[in-house]
Amino acid sequence: MNELLTAVFSGLGQGSIYTLLALGFVIIYKSMGVISFAQPAFMMSGAILVSYLSPRLGFWVAVVLGGLVVAAVALVVERLAIRPMVGKAVFVIAIITIGVDIIVRVVAGAFVGADPRLVGDPWGLDTWSLGGVQVQQRHVAAFVAAAVIVALLAAFFRSTPIGLAMRAAALDQEAAMAQGVNVGTVFATSWAMAGFLAAIAGVFAAAGNPLDQNLWIVGLAALPVIILGGLDSLLGAVVGGLVIGVVEALVRNYHSDVFPDLATNTGSLAPYVVMLLVLLVRPYGLFGTKEVERV
Amino acid sequence: MLSVQNLEVVYDDVVLALRGVSLEIPDDRIVALLGANGAGKSTLLRALSGMLDIHDGDVRKGDVTLDGTSVARLSATAMAGRGIKHVLEGRRVFRELSVEENLRVGAHVARKDLRANLVRVYDLFPRLVERKDQLAGFLSGGEQQMLAIGRALMSGPRYLLLDEPSLGLAPMVVAQIRDIIAEINHQGTGVLLVEQNATMALQIAHHGYVMETGRVVMDRPAAELLADDDIREFYLGLGAEGERTSYRDVKHYRRRKRWAS
Repeated sequence: MNELLTAVFSGLGQGSIYTLLALGFVIIYKSMGVISFAQPAFMMSGAILVSYLSPRLGFWVAVVLGGLVVAAVALVVERLAIRPMVGKAVFVIAIITIGVDIIVRVVAGAFVGADPRLVGDPWGLDTWSLGGVQVQQRHVAAFVAAAVIVALLAAFFRSTPIGLAMRAAALDQEAAMAQGVNVGTVFATSWAMAGFLAAIAGVFAAAGNPLDQNLWIVGLAALPVIILGGLDSLLGAVVGGLVIGVVEALVRNYHSDVFPDLATNTGSLAPYVVMLLVLLVRPYGLFGTKEVERV
Repeated sequence: MLSVQNLEVVYDDVVLALRGVSLEIPDDRIVALLGANGAGKSTLLRALSGMLDIHDGDVRKGDVTLDGTSVARLSATAMAGRGIKHVLEGRRVFRELSVEENLRVGAHVARKDLRANLVRVYDLFPRLVERKDQLAGFLSGGEQQMLAIGRALMSGPRYLLLDEPSLGLAPMVVAQIRDIIAEINHQGTGVLLVEQNATMALQIAHHGYVMETGRVVMDRPAAELLADDDIREFYLGLGAEGERTSYRDVKHYRRRKRWAS
């Protein structure tokens, strides 16, 4: 029982990271109808940036500042590489984001260096013991951070003029323009938000371990999350992220009992298997709109 | 006054949609714009509201002027900010937002007057008050049209460009919408009313234009248009003697008369 709960809690922590990443994907998808494959790179550069900033500024300031810098980079990328392509086929734009991803990743990766770098988080691999259940502090932190960010996002989309305009533009771009909504601002805001979310996710993904060049692979796990939750649903991103995180942790934990002869841990496959199963029943994801365009 | 002079609009660098259109919308007037499908009515509205570029349309010649200054190159956002609001054909409410959220989006360029405009719109459309927390997609067609018009009014525009507000609505509802348009105009908003339902449009309009294949072919006070024989025959469905023509009789010879040739 304790082992099960331990796995669930670690899954929720990891799932919170997926949630943050998936929210970025969904926000961009809703505003532009495009999946941005640049998210993993923004995630990695966020973690690397924070590893440089936190020794000087302290961890918390570094996280916020790092998030803002990555958001600014995303803003520039959107303006230079994506905006001129608006109106072209979504496939073309998706490929451009892959190019952006590789460029950003190579540039950022050059700063990882040979020495182990840490993001300077206060948790490391420390655990709290709740009646025999081992809960890693970094997982609790990731979960709390994700909860706060989701609440802020909900308030943003509900109450602020730009948040409301973004929802309107997602539903009907031309009608939103007729109301005077500047669609360019909507695109830019969505990219900046996605960049910020990716950077925060990167910090939590890197917490506890030294940075390595392959951190961005965590970002790919957000893909089954958004497919599972529904491409155009923020709620789907939250639920999907947590579900995938928990399933992955459970499979990883019980892998050796079920497949004692298999060297590779099946935990990494679990998200994709869950995604396939859900798609068989609901092709548009758990919370997605039925007529969502395929990319 | 909002006006266009000798406007030529080309789509995709190839399709000539407007071939030198001139038209004036005086403040506080209702101007009706009639014409068959493909005559260029919606294109003209897009040119007036800055929405041409997203349809790959381009102004080749002529100009759009607001109080004498050219506004032909301005974006949709800038035009909305200058008080020109376009109500798109087919209502286009934000289906998954509530009625009140739809209205709040409509106030995007006039945030500080949101309260006052909300009161005004709810006064004009009491039906929307009852449904303000419902999703707009669940409203009836007539209510959605009211919402679309109310949404445009939320920024207190000087000019309202209405693209076929009677589209797909029952005759009773059309009459309701007609009266509301007259009331909006009475409150001091200039209206350009694009309609296929010529009877409805000419009942409330002060002035009317008829378009055909990208040109204005008639430009007269609405009362004169109502009395014009050709208009009566082609747009109001009345025979030359003023009696309703049976569709069977029309079919026999299917005269296609054009003013422009």
